[in-house]
Amino acid sequence: MQISEIARECGFTIINRGEDIEARSVYCCDLLSIVMSNAPEGCIWFTVMGNVNSVAVSVLSDIACIVLAHGSSLDEDAMQKAQEQNVWILQTALPIFDAADTVNRLINA
Amino acid sequence: MNSLELRYTVDSEDFTLAGDAASRIKKKLKRMELSPDIIRRTSISLYEGEINMFIHASGGEIIVTVSSDEIVMKLIDRGPGIEDVKLAMREGYSTAPDNVRSLGFGAGMGLPNMKKYTDELEIESEVGVGTTVTMKIYID
Repeated sequence: MQISEIARECGFTIINRGEDIEARSVYCCDLLSIVMSNAPEGCIWFTVMGNVNSVAVSVLSDIACIVLAHGSSLDEDAMQKAQEQNVWILQTALPIFDAADTVNRLINA
Repeated sequence: MNSLELRYTVDSEDFTLAGDAASRIKKKLKRMELSPDIIRRTSISLYEGEINMFIHASGGEIIVTVSSDEIVMKLIDRGPGIEDVKLAMREGYSTAPDNVRSLGFGAGMGLPNMKKYTDELEIESEVGVGTTVTMKIYID
């Protein structure tokens, strides 16, 4: 399922748009090295870490999209980097598990 | 394919610049018709090494050489050195300070990740002198 469709179906706020590719899986973690070690390519990554390093990890690990859960926000430097690198950033007030579970059900329906 | 050498100097403690070298190198590798898997493994390994330079050594130099059969990444710093390399390689062991941990680092997975994603990893380190990390990824 395309990221724009996931954002619309789940009611997530679009913070930044990237290329509208297909997301294949979901992954949850806040520790960046563990994300780089385990997040599958093309996944939607759920985290509360809205800093510039999260954007870098997403780009370098070929993650399809970042979803900031618990209403966490993207800081200014991260926003600039996300725009420069065309990284999808979505936001939701839902807790991480609930947000990921919603997307997981949707893409596997 | 002729070999290509890419050099980057990491000279800041400003974390907003961390990952800049790895991102630039990734862009260049993408233009070289390498497989996405090799590009991804190279990018992650470089980023981990670059982050270590920021955290522990306030910078250093990154030299990446791409030839027809391998990618060699050399990360050279003049930081404090690693007292016990074997301990540093252990998953979960970290000496990262609190300010870095609050950014999502310090899981003690940096060096293990570099080992996981490369075909060869060599660490030469001397306390008070610096550390040189050499990583190789084979190209089939």
